[in-house]
Amino acid sequence: MEADGVNQVKDASRRYAAGVLKYAQMGYWAPDYVPRETDVLAVFRITPQDGVDAVEAAAAVAGESSTATWTVVWTDRLTACETYRAKAYRVDPVPHIPGQYFCWIAYDLALFEEGSIANVAASIIGNVFSFKPLKAARLEDMRFPVAYVKTFPGPPTGIVVERERMDKFGRPLLGATTKPKLGLSGRNYGRVVYEGLKGGLDFMKDDENINSQPFMHWRDRFLFVMEAVNRASAASGEVKGHYLNVTAGTMEEMIRRAEFARELGSIVVMVDLVVGWTAIQSMSYWCRQHDMVLHMHRAGHGTYTRQKNHGVSFRVIAKWLRLCGVDHLHAGTAVGKLEGDPMTVQGFYNICRDSQTEVDLPRGLFFDQDWGGLRKVMPVASGGIHAGQMHQLLDLFGDDVVLQFGGGTIGHPQGIQAGATANRVALEAMVLARNEGRDIREEGPDILRAAARWCAPLQAALDTWGEISFNYTPTDTSDFTPTATAS
Amino acid sequence: MRITQGTFSFLPDLDDAQVARQVDYCLGRGWALGIEYTDDPHPRNTYWEMFGPPMFDLRDAAGIMAELARCRAAWPRHYIRLTAFDSSAGTESIVLAFIVNRPAVEPGFRLLRHEVAGRTVRYSIESYAVHARPEGARYPGHGEMTD
Repeated sequence: MEADGVNQVKDASRRYAAGVLKYAQMGYWAPDYVPRETDVLAVFRITPQDGVDAVEAAAAVAGESSTATWTVVWTDRLTACETYRAKAYRVDPVPHIPGQYFCWIAYDLALFEEGSIANVAASIIGNVFSFKPLKAARLEDMRFPVAYVKTFPGPPTGIVVERERMDKFGRPLLGATTKPKLGLSGRNYGRVVYEGLKGGLDFMKDDENINSQPFMHWRDRFLFVMEAVNRASAASGEVKGHYLNVTAGTMEEMIRRAEFARELGSIVVMVDLVVGWTAIQSMSYWCRQHDMVLHMHRAGHGTYTRQKNHGVSFRVIAKWLRLCGVDHLHAGTAVGKLEGDPMTVQGFYNICRDSQTEVDLPRGLFFDQDWGGLRKVMPVASGGIHAGQMHQLLDLFGDDVVLQFGGGTIGHPQGIQAGATANRVALEAMVLARNEGRDIREEGPDILRAAARWCAPLQAALDTWGEISFNYTPTDTSDFTPTATAS
Repeated sequence: MRITQGTFSFLPDLDDAQVARQVDYCLGRGWALGIEYTDDPHPRNTYWEMFGPPMFDLRDAAGIMAELARCRAAWPRHYIRLTAFDSSAGTESIVLAFIVNRPAVEPGFRLLRHEVAGRTVRYSIESYAVHARPEGARYPGHGEMTD
């Protein structure tokens, strides 16, 4: 793209004369710049105000996310400012959406503190989203150089080691969130956990807002839950777990709760995304030191990830969380009750599970990303899914995923154990059929019906929910191939 | 009870034709198969005995099934599982493991509780087959222990 007033002012006395220059003139627009292997790259979707040139807007984003302020400052000349200036190097109109542009920005590695997502976030999204010349801005994707990736320890456990510890291979893991979310006493809560695990689930889960309320203090929950977990383990001969949510008001209290979970023999703890980047990294370090799986519930993300014109894409959040070091991450279901275009959601799964992520525009991936051997995050599909969708879930997401059926377990007409058994039988039958070479996308419903002939709980699940689907048009879709939600 | 370790334990026991199809699936993906057996199916008993090392060079299902038949003949009342290993970078671990032989009666596990300070309990799991007597057979005259 070309526009007037976009060339950097090279003459130093003019460049640094007191007053206001366009960001492009200050040097934040560099169309000839070739990004270096060691640069951090970002692509933003921007909607400039009417009359604001897209290139100048892109330069402003580069400026405000690195060294610039609104006016010229002579103190730039005390620094190697060419290095520290982020460089907008490319601006493309968004296909089919007038007024929106993708702008590509390169940041020198020296701009970032090693091993700190708080620093990355403060730099890249600190200022620019409130910037008046833009109506809206969205951080679509980022590329981290492998040199920077290696400054993060990453997931404390990862998919491979979690499976080895759980002794569970070759199929998605199964979970359920304890319902109702609020109000159960510790003893009643543990009952739900026991029934779900004994019926065949691998994990049960605290919900995001279960912390330590008057109806159930956290220590009571932990004690009853661990009785349930161990009882179910003895009843099945399997390793089982419950994500004990340690989210609390202070870091010290979270660590205290995590320590108690460890003393009780829990294999997993959980935090909510709302605790913040630094707290997440601290919990990750703690989990690494204590052989604990860290489950991340992405509570609150929809406030900034869902609308396409403004905010931060979940693919960026997923990248930051893999660097922060979480083991499980809720990444969408595509077929359930919550937002999620299937290909966009697959893009999130790739970020969690790839050794090397490839550019894939229909899946929303703008960059190649070398993960530098960082462990892989187990994605979690949770929210409005049921046994009747098992073939779709297995086809979309493969084996390395936790499928969480909350209502689809606890709301079963024959009880929680039956609900859990229905899900486990549906899953194992589908994996067996897939491995035998059957086309589960086409034959899935037949495979489920055949298993239901000998498994009454599965028959009841299909009778109750078989026809339920959530067909709404997703908002967060790729601009490169429009897709509709699968039914 | 029925121990539900392994990928397919919630399904009816697989017949040989079904097992062979899973073996084909594994071989088709370049995985090596191993046969392991134990009479101590504790959930944390990671290292079952190997019936020979993983069969890296045996690439045909009939050969694997013949080995499995030999293992079943040698250990008819043990748990036997087929384990598939994927050596590719980024995985280098087990990618499928399922039970293909189990004893006729599975007495299951006893949950031991050691009450300590506060209401904290230290739990241990112990196999009845290894020790003691199972649920329903602990009080002579009021239950049966079948064998």
